Amino acid sequence: MTSAIRFILNGEEVSVGDFSPTETLLDYLRLRRRLTGSKEGCAEGDCGACTVLVGRLIGGALRYEAVNACIRFVGSLHGTHVVTVEHLAAKDGKLHPVQQAMVDCHGSQCGFCTPGFVMSLYGLWMTNDTPSRAEIEIALQGNLCRCTGYEPIIKAAEQVATERPSALFDPIERDRAEIMAKLWTIRASSDTITVTKGKDRAIIPGTLDALAEVLAAEPAATIVAGATDVGLWVTKQMRPLNPVVFINHLTDLQTITEDESGIVIGAGVTYAQALGILEGRHPALGRLIDRIGGQQVRNMGTIGGNIANGSPIGDTPPALIALGADLTLRSATGSRTMRLEDYFIAYGKQDRNPGEFVEKITVPHAPEDAYFAVYKISKRRDEDISALLGAFYLALDAEGCVETCRIAFGGMAATPKRAKAVEAALIGRPWSWNTVASVRDAFDEDYQPLSDWRATAEYRSLAAKNLLTRFFLETAGQPQELARFEPEEA
Amino acid sequence: MDTTTFDTKDTINGPMHASLRHDSAHKHVTGSAEYIDDIPEPAGTLHAALGLADRAHAEFLSIDLSAVKAAPGVVMVLTADDIPGINDVSSNGSHDEPLLATTKVEFHGQPIFVVIGETRDQARRAARLAKIEYRDLPHWTDIDSALENNAPLVVTPMTLKRGEPETEMAKAPRRLTGRFYVGGQEHFYLESQIAFAIPGEDEDVTVWSSTQHPTEVQHMVAHVLNCASHAVTVNTRRMGGGFGGKETQGAHFACLAAVAAKKLNRAVKFRPDRDEDMMVTGKRHDFRVDYELGFDDEGRIHAVDATFAARCGFSSDLSGPVTDRALFHADSSYFYPHVHLTSKPLKTHTCSNTAFRGFGGPQGMVGGERFIEEIAYAVGKDPLDIRKLNFYGEPGSGRTLTPYHQEVEDNILMRLVEELETSSDYRARRQAILEFNENSPVIRKGIALTPVKFGISFTMTAFNQAGALVHVYSDGSIHLNHGGTEMGQGLYTKVAQVVADTFNVDIERVKITATTTGKVPNTSATAASSGSDLNGMAAYDAARQIKDRLIDFACRKWQAKAGDVEFLPNRVRIGTETVSFDALVKAAYFDRVQLSAAGFYKTPKIHWDRAAGKGRPFFYFAYGAACSEVSIDTLTGEYLVDRTDILHDVGKSLNPVIDIGQVEGAFVQGMGWLTTEELWWDAKGRLRTHAPSTYKIPLASDRPKIFNVKLAEWSENREQTIGRSKAVGEPPFMLGISVLEALSMAVASIADYSVCPRLDAPATPERVLMAVERLKAL
Repeated sequence: MTSAIRFILNGEEVSVGDFSPTETLLDYLRLRRRLTGSKEGCAEGDCGACTVLVGRLIGGALRYEAVNACIRFVGSLHGTHVVTVEHLAAKDGKLHPVQQAMVDCHGSQCGFCTPGFVMSLYGLWMTNDTPSRAEIEIALQGNLCRCTGYEPIIKAAEQVATERPSALFDPIERDRAEIMAKLWTIRASSDTITVTKGKDRAIIPGTLDALAEVLAAEPAATIVAGATDVGLWVTKQMRPLNPVVFINHLTDLQTITEDESGIVIGAGVTYAQALGILEGRHPALGRLIDRIGGQQVRNMGTIGGNIANGSPIGDTPPALIALGADLTLRSATGSRTMRLEDYFIAYGKQDRNPGEFVEKITVPHAPEDAYFAVYKISKRRDEDISALLGAFYLALDAEGCVETCRIAFGGMAATPKRAKAVEAALIGRPWSWNTVASVRDAFDEDYQPLSDWRATAEYRSLAAKNLLTRFFLETAGQPQELARFEPEEA
Repeated sequence: MDTTTFDTKDTINGPMHASLRHDSAHKHVTGSAEYIDDIPEPAGTLHAALGLADRAHAEFLSIDLSAVKAAPGVVMVLTADDIPGINDVSSNGSHDEPLLATTKVEFHGQPIFVVIGETRDQARRAARLAKIEYRDLPHWTDIDSALENNAPLVVTPMTLKRGEPETEMAKAPRRLTGRFYVGGQEHFYLESQIAFAIPGEDEDVTVWSSTQHPTEVQHMVAHVLNCASHAVTVNTRRMGGGFGGKETQGAHFACLAAVAAKKLNRAVKFRPDRDEDMMVTGKRHDFRVDYELGFDDEGRIHAVDATFAARCGFSSDLSGPVTDRALFHADSSYFYPHVHLTSKPLKTHTCSNTAFRGFGGPQGMVGGERFIEEIAYAVGKDPLDIRKLNFYGEPGSGRTLTPYHQEVEDNILMRLVEELETSSDYRARRQAILEFNENSPVIRKGIALTPVKFGISFTMTAFNQAGALVHVYSDGSIHLNHGGTEMGQGLYTKVAQVVADTFNVDIERVKITATTTGKVPNTSATAASSGSDLNGMAAYDAARQIKDRLIDFACRKWQAKAGDVEFLPNRVRIGTETVSFDALVKAAYFDRVQLSAAGFYKTPKIHWDRAAGKGRPFFYFAYGAACSEVSIDTLTGEYLVDRTDILHDVGKSLNPVIDIGQVEGAFVQGMGWLTTEELWWDAKGRLRTHAPSTYKIPLASDRPKIFNVKLAEWSENREQTIGRSKAVGEPPFMLGISVLEALSMAVASIADYSVCPRLDAPATPERVLMAVERLKAL
């Protein structure tokens, strides 16, 4: 049995065998390594002041992603390369081009958020030479700045895009081959790692079968993939979690494939990873994913986790329910598949037995002439939790009457929930302005939403009804939705 | 003397008025700029965490801290009984703000005890183990319920009166009454509150505090420790943002860290979690404005009567001057011939509201803009025309007297607004929007051009003083210290420019050092936009003294007249001879010339009689204008800011790039206040928007799609300020009002602009949609 994890921190390979399963990467960096460039602004993955890059091997490539060190656990770092802001400038003090652009464009004022912005821009720049303004804004959704108003930071991002420097100035490009080799060596063993500190244990199973065995033996274990939710249980609620089973390194859970019948999303596939295939098939889903969390959260968080935690305000379940998705759970004794909507039983209660974990989500293709749309309504457009989210799937028959219709909402009930009364009122009727206007009251049968800090019940009910109107206008070829950027620009 | 090597260049690096980057920019981007949490900790450093009330208003029946004390890593638990001096951190001497609660709590989240632990994690976990029994008392958290409950006022209200408002209101051709709610705002400085105390010998303690007001923290720590101020040294190198939230609010953490450090003789760090910071510390005051307006068919204002009621929280803190400043700015940019304004600083069972960029001014001003909007819709005119019709006049026009009886002597409103009106193409765009709205069933647009006129000076006249300390070392390098604090606004850079400019040496020679009460005493808060006005002048005074001594010395040594001594870039010409600055300094040292000086400045001309409501509280006014265009979705209330154009007055800018940064940042922060930033308390009095997951400040994607920002380069301060510059910290915050007004116009389109939408703030998508629904129902 192995009792320590190994990863690369900036230029140094480290082995850590004395961490608690809930120790965050940010605390490890700041308290244990005195790498104080990464800051704690919120400890919940919202402000981005703690942003670092984590490089991981995926599909034979070494991919670097901006993540929130404040909610990332040390136990999730096995076989990765952690890059902090301290690693960017050259030994002689020469700034990295991303840093230089931030200085030249006056992108810092108080400076506290700046290391996080530098790392997010670095992550963007590594994968996108010439980002558009829309792409820059999307990459910066997870970084808050209270001083500058962002304009100089956007200009810095544009400046750095215009001058791709030689690899000499980029520590990751310079060392890429060597880093990959080291990570392959670390990942060569598929032994399960158990790290013990006092009574607390972090378990890092080496394979999917090992995961099933671990969960059979430890049915009370907390499964952690992206930690974008569990992280807050620790930093905000200070919940004791023991043992914690980390699954984010299990590449068998990280495949997303598409065939004639549909898309199969492994439970460990992150939002960022899923984006390409999902938006290719369902553009509305792509636009939704771009508004979930910030880029750091999308790089860590998984669609499987968004479902598994059973939140009534998770953004992907209503959309996937409207698309008619299935969910497959697995345990040591086998797998079972259910309709996704049946997984959500009540608030805080899901159809998942002890020892089971989410294995995959299957999204059937929609017929070409079917309509599908998702509308997220939040106080702030980006990086906000939905006040409500409506997903609409519609197929018409030859006469233009509603043949199939699935409408699901988040934020309107204790679970992600279908609007069965509205659907029933629509089925068989002509898809027309009059029909849409006549079914509005049916929403009140389906949903009795609550008032909270995100919205009042009155607003939720009214907006839900109006979203059906928006959907109708969209299907009628008269889309009426605000767009920050024209589609061709994005 | 070696006079062979010296610079021969024509200008120095970093004079006044140059666009110099922030002095810490390089350190910011490399992560090497040191914030308090980054300072290496001495061995044995302990960590503090707060125990908070979970009732809005209640008396203690019992407090059982045994589980807290028994928790792993706990070294000590402090309660009010453990405070050696006075258990109070009221910034105004009214003794209404206990550091730790004693017999009762008055807001949900009020600190009751402090845990000192070996690690921060241990202290935080232990703090949750207290068992406290309460007897609940009636509580109210918002303005309406405070008024219903006849809530006490936290300070004596202020009244401003001029002319005959009662009789003129009665005589006015048209009258209307209305009510406006404007929300509060969380500062959301990215670096939360923090203090780090290191005990010394005798009664000494050194506190690193993230504060805008080291002197006040020093005084508070001394009161709480029951020692003299000379025993307490407070240091502040930089804050990760302040915005007013660290004017008084840092004292709590500094005092508690200092008490624990002295008791245990160990270093103690106190860094609250973000959620605790947001629950415990004060915010911008929200207001309810009840108004009556008298005007004529042209839209000219005859009389204004308004009451500004504010949610102050459980103690007075800065609520007196904040609510005063709301009244000082209730005129916005407009002449009210007859006016009566009153404040109502209400006690509520919430955290004690405090300073926030603009300090009540924005709330007053947005009220004044609502008055204009009401009149514009009532008479059926473009609100910009009503604005211009009611602007303060030029001197001699008989329309220059403010409600507080100060003459507006430096009015540039009309020039500024008309320049922006032209450069933003306001008229044509408004026409195009009117046409667009006629043909657009769901998406509607709005545009608004709003002015800013903001009074500069602390209204407490005594605070308008500052000190600085300048040393010239014998190698010619310069050490600069002053009472101002750096929170990102570039104050250190600007003041260093002043010193470099005064000696005519490259700015690289000037080392800017951390603000400390040990070098410059009795300072005022870096607040009220006054940082560079006050500290720039004080530093100039110090540098000027040394320069005069160097001139005296040169005259003696070279038998020259003062007029023959000229400070050229990095060198000094004495008659026909030129020596390097370094050489002159070294020679002066050997001649026993004092090369260190303390500088001082106090703002002239100002005076204020609060009881009479008369005086000249402000040295001058800073002006600005913004034009914003928005689109709203009338199905959901969602919106986008399509374009903003800004023309802002900073006098003769000390540093244009830094000033542009202040203008842009302030605009976006002001826009956030009026749009997505919503504070929400539940029925139990709990603030439920206490973290960035629930409290939404603007993101990069919220800034205007098109954003044109310019300084009014022709402007110079008519008063003798440093380099004829003007203050810039707060005034541009109120440019954000243009976004609220533009949203309002988009909503007004629903009823064909015949009704004032009375869109309250923050104008969340929900408020926009509900305003749309109200107008649809008419």
